[in-house]
Amino acid sequence: MAAETVPASETAIAPNGDVLVSVRDLKKHFPIMKGVFRRQVGSVRAVDGISFDIYKGETLGLVGESGSGKSTTGRVILQLELATQGQVKFEDVELTETTGDRLRSLRPRMQMIFQDPHASLNPRMTVSRIVGEPLTEHNRSKGEDRRKRIDELLSLVGLEPKHANRYPHEFSGGQRQRIGIARAIALNPDFIVADEPIAALDVSIQAQVVNLLEDLQEVLGLTYLFISHDLSMVRHIADRVAVMYLGKIMELADVDTLYTNPQHPYTQALLSAVPVPDPVIESTRERVILEGDIPSPANPPPGCPFNTRCPAAVERCVTEVPEWRELEPGHWVACHFAENIHLVSIPTG
Amino acid sequence: MTQTQVQTVLEVKDLRTQFDTQDGMVHAVNGVSFELKTGEFLGVVGESGSGKSVTMMSLLRLIPMPPGEIVSGEADFGGADLLTIDDEALRDIRGGRIGFIFQDPMTSLNPVLTVGYQIIESLRLHTDLTDAERRPRARELLHLVGIPDAEARLKNYPHELSGGMRQRVMIAMALACDPEILIADEPTTALDVTIQAQIIQIVRDLREKLGTAVIWITHDLAVVAGLADRVLVMYGGQIVEEAPVNGLYANPQHPYTEGLLGALPRLDQKGQDLVNIKGQPPNLYAYPTSCPFSPRCPYVMDKCLAENPPLLDIGNGRKTACWWDMDNNRPRYGS
Repeated sequence: MAAETVPASETAIAPNGDVLVSVRDLKKHFPIMKGVFRRQVGSVRAVDGISFDIYKGETLGLVGESGSGKSTTGRVILQLELATQGQVKFEDVELTETTGDRLRSLRPRMQMIFQDPHASLNPRMTVSRIVGEPLTEHNRSKGEDRRKRIDELLSLVGLEPKHANRYPHEFSGGQRQRIGIARAIALNPDFIVADEPIAALDVSIQAQVVNLLEDLQEVLGLTYLFISHDLSMVRHIADRVAVMYLGKIMELADVDTLYTNPQHPYTQALLSAVPVPDPVIESTRERVILEGDIPSPANPPPGCPFNTRCPAAVERCVTEVPEWRELEPGHWVACHFAENIHLVSIPTG
Repeated sequence: MTQTQVQTVLEVKDLRTQFDTQDGMVHAVNGVSFELKTGEFLGVVGESGSGKSVTMMSLLRLIPMPPGEIVSGEADFGGADLLTIDDEALRDIRGGRIGFIFQDPMTSLNPVLTVGYQIIESLRLHTDLTDAERRPRARELLHLVGIPDAEARLKNYPHELSGGMRQRVMIAMALACDPEILIADEPTTALDVTIQAQIIQIVRDLREKLGTAVIWITHDLAVVAGLADRVLVMYGGQIVEEAPVNGLYANPQHPYTEGLLGALPRLDQKGQDLVNIKGQPPNLYAYPTSCPFSPRCPYVMDKCLAENPPLLDIGNGRKTACWWDMDNNRPRYGS
C-alpha cells in the first residue's frame, strides 16, 4: 500500500432498506452475588432495554463512555452472552430462542473483531492455523483448498501469504489486528461486530486498519456494528450512529444529523468534549463540561439515566423515564425536552 | 497569555538515552534538544516508541538504570545540570521544583496510604510549612483541582476514587509545591472523553492562575491543539518538527506531521479520506544513520538514506528535520 487515500463511505442508508439485525427491548443484567450462600443482592444493568435496527450493508456506529454497555450490547447480539430479556432477530431468525446446532449453523454469518490484538490471538498457533481454524470448525475446506483460502484471506487484509507460518508475536499491533480481521471474514460472514478494533493502535496504524475495514465492506458487502469511544473515527466510518449511556441508547440518527444537529443533551455534551486538531477552532469553541462521573450501572438513578449530570435536568427527569421516540424519520431520542434543549454549538465543516 | 519576560526555564541539549535489552541495544532517544520558556505550554506529540516519555523521564533520571543509560546530553535547569547533579539535589527538584503527572493514576498513587497522607508527605518533604499548616494547604490544593468535599476526600484511599478524581489528586500533588515546570505524561489517555474535558479545563484554569510552565506529552494531536503554545513532534527517538501551535496544524513542515494530520479523522468534517501512512514505526535497534521516517515517507530521496537530517531552523520559530522543502517542493540542500 502506498500513501494513498481510500474514499470514505458516504452512502447514507435509507431507513427503509432491508433490516439485517433487529434488536427489541434488549436487556442484560449481571447478578451481584454476596455472602456465604452467594445470594443475589442486586444486578449490574449493563444493557437496560434498547431497541434499534441494523440495515444490510451499513455501518452502525455504537458510541459511549466506558461502562455504558456498548461492548455488552455487541456480545449479546452475537449470543456470546445470553440476553436477560428482549429479542435479537437476525433476518427472520429469533436468536435469543435459537440454540445448539441451529445457532451453530448461523455463527459463520456473524463474526467479531476484538479490541486487543494481543489477547485475541492464541500465541501458540501460527497465523495459518488461526485464520484456518474457522474453516476447519465449519468444514468449509481441506488440504490444498484450505491453504489457498488462507493465502487469499491474508492477501485480502494486506498481509503476505509467505508469513502464514509465523506466530502472532512476530507481528506488530496493526498487523495482528489484520490477522484478527482475516479470521473474522474467513467464513464469508454477512455481519461483523467490531468491538473497539482500533483502540489499541497508534494513530498512523488506526487509519490503515479503518481503510481496510472500509475496503472489505465494499468488496464483500459486509454489515458492521462498529463499537467505539472515538467519536471522530465513528463520524468517519459510520452511516448511522447510536449513543449509549448507562445501558440505554440516548440518541440514534444518521451520521450527519447526529454530528451537526444532536438533540439529546448528552450527545451535545459528548461532542463538545471531543477536541479537534485545529488550534483556531479550539481557541474559540464552546464547551459543556459535565460535572461528575458516570453513575454505577449497579445503582442507576431513577428516571432518565443522565439526570445526575444533565445541565438541563428538571424534576420530571428524575420521576419519569423518557420515552424512546422518533423526532423525525430515522432520528430517535430519549429525552423529554429534546426539541427545546440547545446547550452548545458543535463545529461543523 | 501575556509573557512579560521570556526566559528559558529548561534547556536540553543533545540528549541520548539507550536501553540494553536482551534483543540488543535500543536507541530510544537520539540527540534531542529543546528549550522551555517560563510559563510556556509545550506539547510533545508522538506515537508509542517515539521516545517522548523516555526523553522527559531521562531528564529527572526516572528511567531504570540499568538497563537504561543516558549516554550524553545536558539539561540546564536554573544553572544546574539535571543529568549530573547529585542524587540529593535531584530529589529536591523532583516533586518540588518540577512536578510530574503520569498516565495511570492508579499505579502512581500508593494504594495503602490515604490521599491526604500522600499530598501532605510531598508538602513535608518540599516545603517549610508546619504540621498545622499542611492539612489546610492539602485541602486547598484539592479544592483548586475541582474536587468537592475536600476534607472527606483527604481521608479516602485511591481505590475509593474514580479515574478522573485520581488524576485530579495527581495534579494536586504535582502542584503541591508550586513547581516551575509541570511534566504531564499522557494524563488524559486513560480517561473518558467527558472526564478528559474536565481535566483539560482544570489545567487551563490553573495555568492562568499559577503561570507554571507545562510539558504535556500525548499521542493525540487534537488534545494539544487547544492547549499548547508550541509543539514538538517526535519520531524514532528524535524531534522531527518544532513549531508554534497554529503553524504546525495549518502548515506542517515535516512529512510525518503532514501524514499524522491526514490520518486523523475529525469530528467536524464529513466524508474525509484518511491518509494511509504505509509501513510500521522503526524498531530503533540501530543508531539512525538515515532519516528514521524514510521507509514510510512519500517524499523520500537518496539524500534521506545517506544522511539523517538534523533539526534545521527554517525561520518563524519553526524547525524541521527534513531534507525536503514542502513549501517550495524542492530539496533543502544545495542551491
